[in-house]
Amino acid sequence: MASVTATLVESEESGWLILAAAGEWLVETAADLDRRLRALALPQGRRVMLDLERIDRLDTAGAWLLLRTEHDLTARGNTVEMRNLRPNFEPLIDQVRTAGFVAPARHPRPAHHTIAGFIAHIGEISLGLIARAYSILGFFGVVCATALRLTRHPRRLSVTAIVAQMEQTGVNALPIVSLLTFLIGVVIAYQGADYLRFYGLESYTVQLTGASILRELGVLLTAIILAGRSGSAFTAQIGTMRVNEEIDAMRTIGLDPVEVLVLPRLFGLVLTLPMLTLCANFMGVFGGGLMAWGVLGIGIPEFLTHLSTIAPWSFWIGLIKSPFFAVIIALIGCYEGFQVGGSAESVGRLTTLSVVEAIFLVIVTDAGFSIFFSSLQI
Amino acid sequence: MSMPDHPDEPIIRVRGLVNRFGTETVHDGLDLDVFHGEVLGVVGASGSGKSVLLRTIIGLNRPVAGSVEVFGNNIMTMSDTDHREIEKRWGVLFQDGALFSSLTVAENIEVPLKEYYEMPLRLMDEIAAFKVGIVGLPEGTGEKYPSQLSGGMRKRSGLARALALDPEIVFLDEPTAGLDPIAASEFDILIKDLRGSLGLTVFMVTHDLDTLFAICDRVAVLVDRKIRVGTLEEMLQDEHPWIHSYFHGPRGRAALLSETGHVAKDETRVAAPI
Repeated sequence: MASVTATLVESEESGWLILAAAGEWLVETAADLDRRLRALALPQGRRVMLDLERIDRLDTAGAWLLLRTEHDLTARGNTVEMRNLRPNFEPLIDQVRTAGFVAPARHPRPAHHTIAGFIAHIGEISLGLIARAYSILGFFGVVCATALRLTRHPRRLSVTAIVAQMEQTGVNALPIVSLLTFLIGVVIAYQGADYLRFYGLESYTVQLTGASILRELGVLLTAIILAGRSGSAFTAQIGTMRVNEEIDAMRTIGLDPVEVLVLPRLFGLVLTLPMLTLCANFMGVFGGGLMAWGVLGIGIPEFLTHLSTIAPWSFWIGLIKSPFFAVIIALIGCYEGFQVGGSAESVGRLTTLSVVEAIFLVIVTDAGFSIFFSSLQI
Repeated sequence: MSMPDHPDEPIIRVRGLVNRFGTETVHDGLDLDVFHGEVLGVVGASGSGKSVLLRTIIGLNRPVAGSVEVFGNNIMTMSDTDHREIEKRWGVLFQDGALFSSLTVAENIEVPLKEYYEMPLRLMDEIAAFKVGIVGLPEGTGEKYPSQLSGGMRKRSGLARALALDPEIVFLDEPTAGLDPIAASEFDILIKDLRGSLGLTVFMVTHDLDTLFAICDRVAVLVDRKIRVGTLEEMLQDEHPWIHSYFHGPRGRAALLSETGHVAKDETRVAAPI
């Protein structure tokens, strides 16, 4: 588009150093002009004239470059004059001049590029984690207090809301939980049979599959699926309500958000997770059995005999853990939802965080249970 | 600032525009010209299709029929390369600024610069800094994120981004909605100033009568799925019931009084036939 490219000519005349600008001083030519202006060896303590007569077109970027040059020259003790500016460009120059000589914004750069910054960064993260744990614990306390208060007015607890949550988190999750645990059962039995055959112990495949599904995998998989499916939904729902100021509206009407939003989700999940775990256990063992029958030819009576040799505690341990996991998932999901502030962007960020945190805590708790139960020798 | 080749040629020319959503016809054979250097205010009842008209002109909405020419090029039939060339020459301010929330204000302003030109980082930072100044934001705003700004500051930042490439046309979608009266009239003054100094053509959708009276050269009113364009004086005399009640309702009269002080004369003219 530039028919006459922008130029800058240096010349001298009766004590004046003349910088003559010509052509199109536009945002398109700004990069080129900027390079040439920075390459100029600026004089000191002289009289400098900026001759602007032959500027054909000018926009704010071009005006900025002229004013910056003027500013730089003045800063070096020169006397600067702008001359021969076309009258129709004057308002433009004035507009940019009144915008002031603003220092460019610093780009927020990560500070942890130095060693001290790196250590400080680690410290910041650690302190943040501690503050976070403290805050989650506080939220847990509020939820417990609200639940306790509700025992005196049990009618305030909305059964409809709990049932609706159970449908969302339980019934709707049934297909995916069943399918995944069935497949895991199949995989464990198949892989297990391979290794056990090596030692001639392939008939123990049923015990291997049954024990690992019942004790650990059934409940763990279900909890992880629910953390991804329902924990994230809790955060997104409550977070969106915060962005829309619905939570504030509730408070002004006298509704307690913890009572209305958190308790139904918590109770709903505490009731559904054990049921889903039962279902997951069944499907996992079923998948393992199917595989044992297909690969090893173990029939139903033989399968049941093998299954009955697994300690009944394995089954109960899996089930006992499930309500604890439910509490973790619901608490983290709701807590992160309440952490949403102002922008819609934080809903997305906190939803991700809620899933990661919930899965992390579920697995850590599971490890804790393992140690606990093994010290009880069951 | 480039001057138009023919000063009387409209810079935006809309002909026979038809927009339909489902069975709802929003525009039915709408014609509109916008001329170089003018401030055009587009008003109309809620749902009359003001924003749809704006979105159609800038190519975000494909109309059922009709043509839209900007700088003499048909928006609907042009190639993608031509469209990019046109996009350099206009800037759009959306209702709440539509700033990219993950970037600072300065980075927001630099996005169009980065997209279209290869510039040294330092120059881009400088351009962003004086754009922040031009739209009247305090120093240091460039480092802030959109979520840290008030509504008025977000709009100013959005305007700074719209002005990043020194466009010839700026489209403003309800620039003063949601601002307090002081901030709103400051924004009016800013637009007026920038129009004068940068030679902008302004296409503005607004509900704000004060803005209309303060800065608009011509007013386009969307009624009956068509548009009526004229100067404020012409609109004040229009007998269409909606236009009449719009400009002669209590708010219209108050805005007129504060701007010109000649409401009494007008009122007698209206009241005379009774």
